[in-house]
Amino acid sequence: MKETAYWSWFIIAGIVMFVLLGLHMAVMHLTGFLQLFNPAGGEAIAWENVVYRGRNMFFTVTYIILLGAALYHGFYGLRTILFELGLKGQAERSLTVLLWIVGIILFCIGTYAAIAARSLQTVL
Amino acid sequence: MEKDTEKKYQIAVYVRRFDPERDEVPRQQRYDLTVVQGMTVLDGLHEIKQNQDPTLAFRFSCRMGVCGSCAMLINGKPALACNTQILDVTQSALTVAPLPNFNIIRDLVPDLVPMFGVHKGMQPYIKRSDAKEMEEPTGEFFQSAHELEEYLQFTYCIKCGICMAACPTMATDREYLGPMPLAQAYRYNADTRDDGAKDRKEIVTRNHGVFSCHYAGECSNACPKGVDPARAIQLMKKDLVRDYFKLGGARKCAQVHKLPDTIERKEKIAAPAYTVER
Repeated sequence: MKETAYWSWFIIAGIVMFVLLGLHMAVMHLTGFLQLFNPAGGEAIAWENVVYRGRNMFFTVTYIILLGAALYHGFYGLRTILFELGLKGQAERSLTVLLWIVGIILFCIGTYAAIAARSLQTVL
Repeated sequence: MEKDTEKKYQIAVYVRRFDPERDEVPRQQRYDLTVVQGMTVLDGLHEIKQNQDPTLAFRFSCRMGVCGSCAMLINGKPALACNTQILDVTQSALTVAPLPNFNIIRDLVPDLVPMFGVHKGMQPYIKRSDAKEMEEPTGEFFQSAHELEEYLQFTYCIKCGICMAACPTMATDREYLGPMPLAQAYRYNADTRDDGAKDRKEIVTRNHGVFSCHYAGECSNACPKGVDPARAIQLMKKDLVRDYFKLGGARKCAQVHKLPDTIERKEKIAAPAYTVER
């Protein structure tokens, strides 16, 4: 059942990414008429807007969920591609463990960045 | 004026040949063939073997699209040679090659044994936990017409290997179980008389199993019997995910319906004697 669990969460991660990337697109690229989460107006990547979103709890949680979903979805896809190269039993298990370790390390770094963004200051 | 049915066409037939005792790699050989309307690729190969090259090897049996023996790659597409008319494919050049994604035994004969091995591993038969009832039936397993519809189309599979040849995942991953065995596993899982889904799910959820399918759908496009293996695989994925999240919906196994005593049952027809000694 392990493969069923991997695949089920792979699909769920895809759906989560679809929703959150939609939000990302709306926030970052539809600023012209939506102005969502951009209180300072202008460009979405203006420093004041970035600081506002970085200090907002909703965005902190959203960034972490999106990070986890993207890492899981991407690494599962990479694992599938590598398995199709004809790896055998032990190599497949080792690769799975390696990808879990790399994924968790990247997740920790990204989570640290998302949390650290909460202490950004408007004036440098 | 010459009727269309009598018109003759000169067609160059390029056959991929391979003799493991002589050749290191497959080679292509050209034959010139006179073709009339209605002539199938299998007819053409017989014509070549009879009049031009008796060494040409290919597999066939029923000649009517039922046995699945003559599956091969015809002008780049996997199809049954007995079910494909030459003039439907070309009026100039015809290429014939063995099914891809299989080892070649000789010329147009693929080695289907590994595929049948995987198929056998799927336990493609009705499995019941009440083994005694299977051995000595006391009644019948009731199955509604709707329940029959759930798996009926998958019973039309003739195990020709065309879906395996068309599958892009098979082309890259030789460990992949393949559309035919997976569809047949679903065929029995979906059968209400069967109780062996749990055992089969253990097999299909291993690496290179059901989740390796990328849903290209070529298996269903290529199937000469109109079976939809891609659908079977997706339905099996759905069942597995429902099981994993314990969402319920698992069907109950058909119970034995005892027949009333008043019904007179006919004697069972005796199985015919074996034609060869066992």
